[in-house]
Amino acid sequence: MSHLRGFYLLVAAALLLPLIFPDNYYVTVVGVTAALHAILAVSLNLLMGYAGQISLGHAGFFGIGAYASAILTTRYGWNPWPAMLFGLVLTGVVAFTLGRPILRLKGHYLAMATLGLGIIINILLVQTGSLTGGPDGLGGIPTLSLFGWAVDSDLRWYTVIVSVLLAVVWLVLNIINSRSGRALRALHGSEVAAEMMGINTTTTKTGVFVLAALIASLAGSLFAHQQAFVSPDSFSFFFSIELVTMVVLGGMASTYGAIMGAIILTFLPELLVVFEDFEVLIFGAILMSMMIFLPQGLFVGMQKLWRRVATEESRRGAA
Amino acid sequence: MFDQILQFILTGITVGATYALVALGFAIIYNASDVVNFSQGEFVMLGAMSTIALSAGNGLPLWLAAACSVAMVICVGLMLQRFAIAPARGASVVTTIIITIGASIFLRGLALLLWGKDIFGMPHFSGEVPLRIGEATLLPQNLWVMGGASVLVLGVHYFFNHTTHGKAILACSCNRTAAHLVGINVGMMMLIAYGLSALLGSLAGILVAPITFTSYDAGVMLGLKGFSAAILGGMGNPMGAVAGGLLLGLIESLAAGLISSGYKDAIGFVILLLVLFFRPSGLFGKASAERV
Amino acid sequence: MNIRKTACALAIGTLLSLGAGQSLAGDTIKVGTFLAVTGGASFLGDPELKTLQMYVDEVNAAGGVDGKMVELIHYDTGGNAKEAVNFVKRLIQKDRVDVIVGGTTSGTSIAVMPLVASSGIPFISLAGSVKIVQPVQKWTFKVPHTDAMAAAKIFGDMQRRGITRVALISGSGGFDKSGREQSIQLAPQFGITLVADESYGAQDTDMTTQLTKIRDTDAQAILNFGFGTGPAIVTKNVRQLGIDLPLYQSHGVASKKFIELAGDAAEGVRLPAAALLVTDQLPDSDPQKAVLTAYKAKYEAAHGPVSTFGGHAYDGFYIALEAIDRANSTDKAKVRDEIEKTKGFVGTGGIYNMTQSDHLGLGMDAFKMLEIRNGDWTIVQ
Repeated sequence: MSHLRGFYLLVAAALLLPLIFPDNYYVTVVGVTAALHAILAVSLNLLMGYAGQISLGHAGFFGIGAYASAILTTRYGWNPWPAMLFGLVLTGVVAFTLGRPILRLKGHYLAMATLGLGIIINILLVQTGSLTGGPDGLGGIPTLSLFGWAVDSDLRWYTVIVSVLLAVVWLVLNIINSRSGRALRALHGSEVAAEMMGINTTTTKTGVFVLAALIASLAGSLFAHQQAFVSPDSFSFFFSIELVTMVVLGGMASTYGAIMGAIILTFLPELLVVFEDFEVLIFGAILMSMMIFLPQGLFVGMQKLWRRVATEESRRGAA
Repeated sequence: MFDQILQFILTGITVGATYALVALGFAIIYNASDVVNFSQGEFVMLGAMSTIALSAGNGLPLWLAAACSVAMVICVGLMLQRFAIAPARGASVVTTIIITIGASIFLRGLALLLWGKDIFGMPHFSGEVPLRIGEATLLPQNLWVMGGASVLVLGVHYFFNHTTHGKAILACSCNRTAAHLVGINVGMMMLIAYGLSALLGSLAGILVAPITFTSYDAGVMLGLKGFSAAILGGMGNPMGAVAGGLLLGLIESLAAGLISSGYKDAIGFVILLLVLFFRPSGLFGKASAERV
Repeated sequence: MNIRKTACALAIGTLLSLGAGQSLAGDTIKVGTFLAVTGGASFLGDPELKTLQMYVDEVNAAGGVDGKMVELIHYDTGGNAKEAVNFVKRLIQKDRVDVIVGGTTSGTSIAVMPLVASSGIPFISLAGSVKIVQPVQKWTFKVPHTDAMAAAKIFGDMQRRGITRVALISGSGGFDKSGREQSIQLAPQFGITLVADESYGAQDTDMTTQLTKIRDTDAQAILNFGFGTGPAIVTKNVRQLGIDLPLYQSHGVASKKFIELAGDAAEGVRLPAAALLVTDQLPDSDPQKAVLTAYKAKYEAAHGPVSTFGGHAYDGFYIALEAIDRANSTDKAKVRDEIEKTKGFVGTGGIYNMTQSDHLGLGMDAFKMLEIRNGDWTIVQ
């Protein structure tokens, strides 16, 4: 169970934060956004970090989930739960149908294809105004309720979304340490070699792609109910790129790294607002320098630093 | 109907010529260093913005302002290579993508600080009296864009096929170590490639600014379209990228004219996806096998 | 090892962000605002922010309201609805503002309305869409003319000129789409048939394709709903193609920048706009003249040519402050009631008379039909 040690720590931190800082804006508002981003980053990392398949269209699946929930609950009066399920099914069908041909592509061609897919989904959201509300978006989405417990405060949303995050992390950690997880990592190493070992690469890749899309769709539904409002600009290709940045910044192939990337990229703009006109410039500079100096991501970089400090200390202790 | 289609095609070629120049910039850097430079669109924006600032703000004649701004953007390109790409050598493909995305955000932020959020226009090079071809019309500036793009594309073609430096850059892209061993200064070649890309981007920006106007965030969409065009044509082939640019411009214009203007971008991307499904390395790219 | 590094990562990540606690609500009036100062709508948001900053300083220099200083707290949404929702939460929960004046784009304004309603804070929107005040929501008000009013004004002018067939072209942003929708709805009331319905993308650089299609219809006039570079390119392309039809733009282009960008092609273009653009041409008897002259002089002395968008911020800001003044407190419910009772407020957008069923309070007379002649605005009726 050693691979779950970090997970228990995460659970503890998630529980303690709202207790130590009750009703703190950074915990229950920005924290919820960060957790939502973390769900998306963890799912994208499964695809990027472990299977080695870049996707610049993840926001599209997030959008399908969000809009399925938004449209079905407001325009057709569905209960949020079946609406969420419908979103998942729809996402699954789209991801499965398009996953096979798209995942045959490699490198930058794969990046372009997923980017294009995300943009097409976004254009559809903007153009089918009678259904989606167009660029002005769709409001009045009811909140979720679970056995009469309505999720109607920031703290309750924190509870729900952080719980989902923990469940997703637990699921992903278990997958990675299973047989299929090893197949995935083999894929990342070398696809040809993996195939030689008898791994069905297309099926494995498509499977991960669909799973990542489903998690994103679930996050989308939660997002729609939490914000009570959706508009296409939340699902643009800029957001897809932001998600990829979270994964890479934290450190690919590390679930905790993805969470860390999500937390940093969510909080950074909140902290940088004080710089006003300089905000964009500083954000770009930070992003660039982090990647130049820690090309494997912050998480791996910090691990190395930690190890160096530890060896240094033990050496001093010995002397 | 024929006149309509002629107009759609003329429009498509003008827009496509811009995409082609941006795509060519992508392809050059990609071939030299395996990096997809997502700040390519920012070169275009910087070229146009600094030319306008120098000519309108400092009163330089347009040609001099343009020359100075191209020189400045080339410096930006060189610095990008030297201080952002070179130190991260050996990093994964995605890492370098994020670095260039960071660079593009940084350059946008810089432009925002220097010139604000306004939209700027530039005078047309030779008047705005439209030229008529039947019922279709064309601005003199459109000819400047097409002509400028053709000259630049031919120049790049000549450079890669008939000069020692050009061939040396190609050698670096084939095998860096081997290139180094036969005495090619690899670092210098990388700098030349980035400088050349920046030159193309800034000139593209200056040529189209009179028609399209410009603002600090104008590079984003151009970069995206340029990247799409490069992929459509095939990243590994600079002339393929140019063809991809023209094709994308034509597809968008014809889709807007004949099918639906609201969905023209979506149609462009659908065609791009279909092309990739059947030719995974773009229209003119060579299929590559993984080395084991 | 694993535990320590995770702990370290999480601790640093969270501690960094848990900064100072909330500042106490004291003897200041806190006006919160969230504007699209960057992004596609920045030329709306930018003058809005400058206006707010200018007048906060002016009010404070004059001793504040009821002896209390006014503090402005601003966040830049970049026009993004998700950002807007988070920043408004921050304004309400962390900054504890008394009133919110902001929301440059309709998308960002509509996005925060549920939040504003559930938190019970008065919100004056600076965005155009009619959806913000129809149906009326208790806590939301707005000051700019609606897109429906713009469409009605334009169609009214067309009707006078005997135009019955109109080609519509619009951008793909929120303002553009909403204007298009209102135009399609209102056209029949004015006996107008829309013979084309084209659109273009926010960053498109050439609209000759769409306009070529329009040229081959039997339209008698062209109407463009949009803002930013789009309308300027459309205007130039119309002239380039030699289309000789009257061209109408929306109030989205009501700034000198449009004339500058479109150049000679802008001659003869008509648009509905607030009187602010033609301050100098108003008769002295016009009730708005004094307010407009003062705002224009102050803004232009500091920041260059005035646009109607900054004017909206002026209107929203003073309607809020006067309501707080009348309420003699910053109690949110009382301030809201007072905003709703705004009567005869002379602003840059017109004279506001709000009621329980009208959270805008402007009549059609607040719009003037302008034509661009010799590079300047002229009133045509």
